[in-house]
Amino acid sequence: MEAYHTVGKRIPKKDAIDKVTGKAQYINGLKLPGMLHAKILYSKHPHAKIVNIDTSKAEKLYGVRAVLTGETIPTMKFGFYKDNTPLKSGKVRSYRDEVAAVAAIDPEIAKEAVDLIKVEYEELPGIFNPQEAMEEGAPLIHEEHKSNVLKLPWKLDIGDIDEGRKASGYIVKNRFSTTWVTHCCMGLSGAIADFDYQDNLTMYSITQIPSLAQKDFNDALQAMGLKGKARVIQTTIGGAFGSKLDTYAYEYIVMLLARKTRKPVKIVFSRDEEFFATSTRQPAIIDIEQGCTREGKLTFRNIAMILDNGAYTSWGATTPSVMMMPISSLYRVPHVNYQARCVYTNNMYSQAMRGYGNPQATFAVESQIDMLAEEAGIDPMEFRLMNATMPGDTTGQGLRLVTCGLKKCIEQVGEELSWKSRQKVEGRGVGMASLIHVGGGARVYKSDGCGTIMKLDDFGQVNVYTGASEIGQGSETVIAQVVAEELGVKVEDVNVINNDTAVCPWDVGVHASRTTFVAGNSALGAARKIKLQMLQLAGDALEANPDDLVAANGHISVKGSPEKQIPIAKLLRNAHHRADGTVLMADFFYDPSNEMLNKEFKGNLSMAYTFGNHGVEVEVDKETGKVEILRYVSAHDVGRALNPMLLEGQIYGGAMMGIGYALTEQLVLQEGEVQNPTFRDYTMLTAKDVVPMKSFVVETEDAYGPFGAKGIGEPGCVPSAPAIANAIYDAVGVRITDLPITPEKVLAALKQKEESK
Amino acid sequence: MKEMITCRLNGEEVRVEVEPHWSLLQLLRDELDLLGTKEGCGVGECGACTVIMNGETVNACILPVLEAEGKDITTIEGLSDGEGRLDPLQQAFVEHGAVQCGFCTPGMILSAKALIDSNPRPSEEDIKIAIAGNLCRCTGYVQIIEAIKSVWERER
Repeated sequence: MEAYHTVGKRIPKKDAIDKVTGKAQYINGLKLPGMLHAKILYSKHPHAKIVNIDTSKAEKLYGVRAVLTGETIPTMKFGFYKDNTPLKSGKVRSYRDEVAAVAAIDPEIAKEAVDLIKVEYEELPGIFNPQEAMEEGAPLIHEEHKSNVLKLPWKLDIGDIDEGRKASGYIVKNRFSTTWVTHCCMGLSGAIADFDYQDNLTMYSITQIPSLAQKDFNDALQAMGLKGKARVIQTTIGGAFGSKLDTYAYEYIVMLLARKTRKPVKIVFSRDEEFFATSTRQPAIIDIEQGCTREGKLTFRNIAMILDNGAYTSWGATTPSVMMMPISSLYRVPHVNYQARCVYTNNMYSQAMRGYGNPQATFAVESQIDMLAEEAGIDPMEFRLMNATMPGDTTGQGLRLVTCGLKKCIEQVGEELSWKSRQKVEGRGVGMASLIHVGGGARVYKSDGCGTIMKLDDFGQVNVYTGASEIGQGSETVIAQVVAEELGVKVEDVNVINNDTAVCPWDVGVHASRTTFVAGNSALGAARKIKLQMLQLAGDALEANPDDLVAANGHISVKGSPEKQIPIAKLLRNAHHRADGTVLMADFFYDPSNEMLNKEFKGNLSMAYTFGNHGVEVEVDKETGKVEILRYVSAHDVGRALNPMLLEGQIYGGAMMGIGYALTEQLVLQEGEVQNPTFRDYTMLTAKDVVPMKSFVVETEDAYGPFGAKGIGEPGCVPSAPAIANAIYDAVGVRITDLPITPEKVLAALKQKEESK
Repeated sequence: MKEMITCRLNGEEVRVEVEPHWSLLQLLRDELDLLGTKEGCGVGECGACTVIMNGETVNACILPVLEAEGKDITTIEGLSDGEGRLDPLQQAFVEHGAVQCGFCTPGMILSAKALIDSNPRPSEEDIKIAIAGNLCRCTGYVQIIEAIKSVWERER
């Protein structure tokens, strides 16, 4: 293996010092001169006609500068399906619906004004269950769509299911379901909109898709009849996990208020708004059937899924396109059929959340793999190994697995859990589940690209302007490492500028675990270009052939005669401080050569795929139904760990989120209304819930990844729930098919099992 | 009606007029521009606003500001020595990957600081209890616990 000076090292996150000292500024802390504060009035009903809105009292309140309603704003549609508006007119479709908004001189006055707005509603019958929403004659959420089923043709057909059935010795068929969970970013949502007098908008934002948000905001400016353009500047972002992958009503609201008042307008959510007025992961009802031969080879997988879209449509409605990946390609499956329907309801609308549908799909697939293995009388780990995909495989969907360390991951987890030699202890059990995820970009948009601009200054510092955003995951550090490695400089000498669309090039966004791979390759491309220029200049200075030069330790030197060298800083000053001087700049746009899925949803979605396996040992208290995790082990094939410390952070953080998904987290909705909009009642895991964790890295050195790396942002949370469900079954013989696996459900299942004896 | 309060803040005496209905967090963030202390929930559930008052951690978002009268308060701004040297805990958080989005970090560090000041050799269990009121969505807490443990292990 080549010796790298920064790649593979446990390098601290570049922005960590600003964060540990409190210097880092989030949207909450940002103030602009003359700034006003916005508040939103939400609907009082899940489904109702808006008969009248009386804003007169609010308008008269001291300190109020503007009051807007759906009737007083220009027509403006947003969202993946263009079915959402900043403020609703005519009717409301969920409790989250934004009905009116106020800008005032301070947040308290804005709140008071919102409370003074009187809205007269005429209630309509609501529909909260997607299956009921699909029935003939169900109340329509969006009348113009004529059906509550979205016209999104999620259907994948590989081989022939009937052939698969015929070849099967064993078949199992079950229904699994998952509920609403939410991102729980510690940083609150917010934005500041500010116009200049040419109607150009500066949006201070926490988006994870600056370029696409800029486009959305430009569209909105056009809808407002303005000629100006939008610039997006991101503050430090207090977590995202997919929650900032769309643009939202509150952003358009501050934009409208700022234009109306000609003042900067800020909004910051309260924590309860964060729970009821942001979007969740899709609840799913999953009917799944899988078969295998007498020997245990998978024969087919047949899945029909219903996803609760809620009242409006985000990019989350495209999660079935990602679910197709585990459904078709987690293990070798010759015949696959998958169909998903996204259904409007009067619930809060759902969206992307870490894994982009993969956690739901993998919960069903991997829980049922254990059931099928049991049916076939084969050890679940053996069953997985027997069906594992291998490097070089092209799966039925057309995914090309260049590197694939799945088998190694399964074996590593098995070994750590002493799987084969384990002794049965009463009430204890082990379980495992695997994962596949995109690790080399994902072409869900027409471009999967990321641009980089690079500029060297006279002090030998490298400024990297990247389209890739930093949401806590460490992209700014990994990009700096890649550049530092290529240019032979220190990571400290690489400045990553990543938060302003006015200077940073285009990028499709932080999603699909793509940033290390795509932004990393983009940065690497720019670094290679700038290195060529650097070596050319150094060749002139050192009177040497550029091919004989190496860049290391901030110097360019002649191979074999290290005394012949020049510091990069000096090289740059030489270039700048002369009449026929030059600047060292380079740009690079990397758009992976992955494929957009075709009409049949086939194609090589990503340049690389990340694999993993999670294993867990649990103890189940039969008296209380409580599940205790005794050990949690994971192994991931990440291609190469560019920074093992940050990588572990993604895995631990993902796994804890996955454990929460499995055992405790749920947003409880009653007729569309969130019943537990607080941390206390949502029960996200705390430090006291930390379980003994071990994470292994399997390095397969992917041919296309930057220094061999594949993405790892999302995988950590994908297989936790099925691994835990499988362990519970191993421990006490009950199979929980509905998340989260609460003590009540375990107890009920134990009771049922006892009674049916 | 504003009232004058006097307290020690990050080692310096502070005299400031406050509205009696303010929380300590409002004084810190809105009046004194000490933005290192974060507001994550406003109801004392997330711990992002944790500061140390007379050696004990408090949620500044629910502490009535008048309670600060005469108290000795440390915020995250008071932890590094002002000359760029970080507190060993801050350094450990940096070096152990205990920071991702960073929103919970100041509160988390102050909870750890109060623990170590009163119990220089905490067990893993002590650490978990001390930071149980500080929620973090990014890290899964593992590297945070390692960072805190490392501070006294390094001294050993």
